[in-house]
Amino acid sequence: MEKIKSLAELNKIRENSLAVIDPDGKTTGSDARIRVKIAMATCGIASGAREVMEVFIEEFAKRNIDAVVTQTGCMGYCYAEPTVEITMPGNEPITFGFVDVKKASKIIDKYVLNNELVDGIIPVNYETIENK
Amino acid sequence: MEMVKLTIDGKMVEVEKDTTILKAAKTIGIDIPTLCYFQLKDMNIENRPGGCRICVVEVVGRRNLAPACSTNVSKDMVVNTHSIRVLNARRTVLELILSDHPAECLTCAKSGYCELQTMAQQLGVRELPFQGEQSTYRKDTSPAIIRDVDKCIMCRRCEMMCNDVQTVGALSAVNRGFMAVVAPAFEMNLEKSPCTYCGQCVSVCPTGALTEVDHSRNVINALADPAKTVVVQTAPAVRAALGEEFGLAPGTLVTGKMVAALRRLGFNYVFDTDFAADLTIMEEGSELLDRLTRYLKGDKTVKLPILTSCCPGWVNFFEHNFPDLMDVPSTAKSPQQMFGPIAKEYFGKKLGIDRKNMIVVSIMPCLAKKYECQRDEFKVDGDPDVNYSLSTRELAHLIKFANIDFNSLPDEDFDNPLGESTGAGVIFANTGGVIEAACRTAYELYTGKKLEKVEFNELRGLENIRHATLDFNGLPINIGIAHGLGNARKLLEDVQAGKSLFHAIEIMACPGGCIGGGGQPFHHGDSEIIKQRAAAIYREDVGKPIRKSHENPFIIELYKEFLGKPLGEKSHQLLHTHYFDKSAGTFVDE
Amino acid sequence: MAKIKYHILVCGGTSCHTSKSEDILKNFQDLIKAKGLDAEVQVIRTGCFGFCEKGPIIKMMPDNTFYTQVKPEDCAEILEEHIIKGKKVDRLLYKKPDAAEFKSDSKQMGLRRKQIRIALRNCGFINPENIDEYIARDGYQALGKVLTELTPEATIEILKKSGLRGRGGGGFPTGLKWEITRAVKADQKYVVCNADEGDPGAFMDRSVLEGDPHTVLEAMAINGYCTGADKGVIYIRAEYPLAVERLKIAMKQAREYGLLGTDILGTGFSFDIEIRYGAGAFVCGEETALIHSMEGLRGEPTVKPPFPSESGFLGKPTNVNNVETYANIPAIILKGSDWYASIGTEKSKGTKVFALAGKINNVGLIEVPMGITLREIIFEIGGGIKNDRKFKAVQTGGPSGGMLTEKDLDTPIDYDNLIAAGSMMGSGGMIVMDEDDCMVAMAKFYLEFTVEESCGKCSPCRIGNKRLFEMLEKVTQGQAVMDDLDKLRNLSHVIKDTSLCGLGQTSPNPVLSSMDNFYHEYLEHVGDKKCRAGSCKSLMQYIINAENCIGCTLCARNCPVDAIAGERKQAHVIDQDKCIKCGACMEKCKFNAIFIK
Repeated sequence: MEKIKSLAELNKIRENSLAVIDPDGKTTGSDARIRVKIAMATCGIASGAREVMEVFIEEFAKRNIDAVVTQTGCMGYCYAEPTVEITMPGNEPITFGFVDVKKASKIIDKYVLNNELVDGIIPVNYETIENK
Repeated sequence: MEMVKLTIDGKMVEVEKDTTILKAAKTIGIDIPTLCYFQLKDMNIENRPGGCRICVVEVVGRRNLAPACSTNVSKDMVVNTHSIRVLNARRTVLELILSDHPAECLTCAKSGYCELQTMAQQLGVRELPFQGEQSTYRKDTSPAIIRDVDKCIMCRRCEMMCNDVQTVGALSAVNRGFMAVVAPAFEMNLEKSPCTYCGQCVSVCPTGALTEVDHSRNVINALADPAKTVVVQTAPAVRAALGEEFGLAPGTLVTGKMVAALRRLGFNYVFDTDFAADLTIMEEGSELLDRLTRYLKGDKTVKLPILTSCCPGWVNFFEHNFPDLMDVPSTAKSPQQMFGPIAKEYFGKKLGIDRKNMIVVSIMPCLAKKYECQRDEFKVDGDPDVNYSLSTRELAHLIKFANIDFNSLPDEDFDNPLGESTGAGVIFANTGGVIEAACRTAYELYTGKKLEKVEFNELRGLENIRHATLDFNGLPINIGIAHGLGNARKLLEDVQAGKSLFHAIEIMACPGGCIGGGGQPFHHGDSEIIKQRAAAIYREDVGKPIRKSHENPFIIELYKEFLGKPLGEKSHQLLHTHYFDKSAGTFVDE
Repeated sequence: MAKIKYHILVCGGTSCHTSKSEDILKNFQDLIKAKGLDAEVQVIRTGCFGFCEKGPIIKMMPDNTFYTQVKPEDCAEILEEHIIKGKKVDRLLYKKPDAAEFKSDSKQMGLRRKQIRIALRNCGFINPENIDEYIARDGYQALGKVLTELTPEATIEILKKSGLRGRGGGGFPTGLKWEITRAVKADQKYVVCNADEGDPGAFMDRSVLEGDPHTVLEAMAINGYCTGADKGVIYIRAEYPLAVERLKIAMKQAREYGLLGTDILGTGFSFDIEIRYGAGAFVCGEETALIHSMEGLRGEPTVKPPFPSESGFLGKPTNVNNVETYANIPAIILKGSDWYASIGTEKSKGTKVFALAGKINNVGLIEVPMGITLREIIFEIGGGIKNDRKFKAVQTGGPSGGMLTEKDLDTPIDYDNLIAAGSMMGSGGMIVMDEDDCMVAMAKFYLEFTVEESCGKCSPCRIGNKRLFEMLEKVTQGQAVMDDLDKLRNLSHVIKDTSLCGLGQTSPNPVLSSMDNFYHEYLEHVGDKKCRAGSCKSLMQYIINAENCIGCTLCARNCPVDAIAGERKQAHVIDQDKCIKCGACMEKCKFNAIFIK
């Protein structure tokens, strides 16, 4: 990584990264990809998030699905760990709770491939701030 | 200095800005009770962790009570030291402390001297409302000090002494919460720690958690045994403090009464360690001159400065902490250990007493002496040169036990030949005294001139580290003095770094020297007591007809009759020792 | 295969469940089948919407329509109108009490506004191990702004105006703290991040560090700029290995980008951070104890003053802030003090993260604006009490806090109101209790914690808390007398009044607040030897109902201590002196003849 030598350079990195994280949750555009975020704080990992993440990575590879699987921090739904947020291109992100290895495959089958929801969706119950 | 005005118990008081409430109150005669707080004024020793919470007072406008010992005054502060809220809190806190303290006052070694006991009386505790589990620990007996930390109240005074003042680092708080206690690391035995047995922890402990190993029973048994000749030696510092145990004013010299008491206790010969101190000067002074002369002649193998070696706490300290400097201190034994072989090998043989049938007891202001006399190199076929070492306090107990009315005893003289001493031997008790005594002799031996004024006032005082340059007939001799092992460490680190400019350094482990030793009557933080003892010692010196060790007629006779000359073969065999590297053994569980 | 066109999301939260959401689900499924719509419409059970008061709730997707207080018999109408005809069922739409309009869009119905994520804004959103994602979310913009546009004084002014107060529990105004540290002249200063989270049940700091480590680094750098420190230290418990790892990765990335180190963003400002580990002593959250621990000394508090801002780490002026406090700062700098001050109450601004736990449906980490009521937190965000039991109390402030009851449910939560109600904000643990929780036992639980965590330095905390605990134990065992209750109260006050640090000064709070609010329970334990919650084992009695007992001897044969006597075919009796209350007899009895009194 190059050192950032000014605020302008920081802003450039910001612009470039925006497309990657897509803060609006609407992954649009021609290069839109499926995004899967797995809550991997200590509590998530303890309830099996790591195994769930492996399932997503392996299954996507096996089925040739172009998706970005990343870890993220605590989503706050302790009662429903492990939790996984999936953003299909053009759609709002949907958070699934109680995702074990079995359910992970089911989510890929139903939601990712067929746009069918499965039980255990966690409605987002908070607002976040948009900086600036 | 900025002054601050405040009100304490309705009285206006004006004090310097950074004064604590405790000290401000004292200026107007209000004594706020304290327990963990401890101070030796003018000696840079203070303990105020704010832990016991006995000294809490009400500061108007403050949410909770304030510890007077560690809360500074502020402008227009209004303090109540005995409101009902304060009194209730203070007594409740004391009741809590007592609820975790063994109720063993009747048999406790500290009974009558215990600050917790006194506090319970002062605050009028008549029942113990809180009952429950008590924290209990393994009792730890070392050669000199007993730790019975069931009685520890976490005042941390010992920890402050051991770490801040002595920089020994044997004691610190371990565990947490209810089981928190002061102990060696990993709660190992003191013997496995770098403890020097200086006994300063014992001398400040408010309760019976830290006490000396009591050898008075062994002494009573020896006295009762008709087959034994029991010889006693008394260290110089004892005579300046023993009287305190019998209600006499600090600084009262009780040499004659002490001798009389010892005789009444049944000792066959009452001798003086001061005699051995004179002998020490002969050996150590000669060693100084020898090293100095060779050094001045350009002998590169000679190590300077020379360090005194009379103090067993100090010897333990450098064996643990400065093993690389073990060739720097004088090889001369301490007076106690010089006395032993002279008593058994010279005096005993002269009388035809087999050393096995002679018991040598020492009365010492010191606890490290208990350990010192147990060291293997000071034994012949398992028979120690000095059998038992009692502290000043133990002697006082012994006298009381034998219902001897100390104060009405006549003044008696020591026995000869090992009871005769000079003023030089007496001042061994004070910081700076050993080196002053050595200089009185070294000066005359080196210059061949008579010393007109025997007092070296530049070597006296209570500053932590002192230095002076003496004029030996045009040759400037640089002297360094430290009392307290933390101060000693500073001088030692200079020696280690090759930065020391001194020719000779005197070190005593205890603040003030032996007069402030760990075996002396409890001073309870009153540094005036230590100062009075020091003054008494100098008075004793002035009153002595002979004030230079080499002029002691019995010393002269001893060399003529038995030893030959200082640093001679016999001296080497009986009066000198060697040191051991103890740095590795620390905190190792075998 | 036909694509699903509609999803009907039915709340499966426990609260909605008890108000018949299961019947609704089933009705929809049956209706869909009957109408032959199963290829187009799918019914889904979801987690709690956090709006239980208006439950059961259903949400129609993809148009995001919310229906509240839906009854099983409404299903047909919803299906007919909404899905087949495309018309919303107005009477079931959520209506805000003050709004004439019906709200159908979930984003506008005020439902989601209960929680505002500021400190947690990036948690669960970005990959904490990728600095670019943080930068994309305006990361390090605040630092850039401060370094290029603002003086330290102006920055401190923003914080002061924002009203941000210390989130570690003390509630000291952050801007003022920075100003004090800035004012002290010294050759070296330090800023410290207190990540020694230790309240039982609180884990917000860990979540921030694991989910958004850069925000802490950025805020610490801003703190360094403002106070005049070029070194930062994060004091973190060694039991947080993942947080440590993510911090280390974050620090490495920030250094590679030059966002830590020398000449940050070409402004000449230098700042770097190191990590020190705590050994998991609760008292080390107290700032003087924390500093001693960082110095390698025993983690014990010392009397203040001097405050760390004058003499802290290595004797130098030190500014200590907590993780959550730091996490708020970049957002405040970027969005301004007015924005932040617009959230919250008069004296407590912004949001607070709580770890919601206990007898509550939606156990979780929540971030709510100050001024929200306990009722909103417990019954809306938290989804109400588990198993539909009755709410009894909520404990805030961890071992330093107190119990809040029914009467406090509608009090707006802020620092001062919680203290006035006999509790405190603390670091944000919030434990909900129901009627099965014994208040004496709860107080005992917290005392056990403080006894364990006291450093032992001062006598009231070292011994007093132990004695408090022992007395509470006597109460729960039915061995206490009335006099003990007076002693409990007096001792509690003395411990508060005389302890050295915050730990001891607050440790009796659970006792005092439970005595204030539930004195009758204490009286019952002492006088009647009864525990109404049935949780104090010593006060329970297993009794055999002679009418039901047929004398099968099964209970007697299974009693491990031979406490049950009785002839075959005769009613048995339990010897209460021998009984150890293991419950084995009741478990084995086939005739419901054994009950607990």
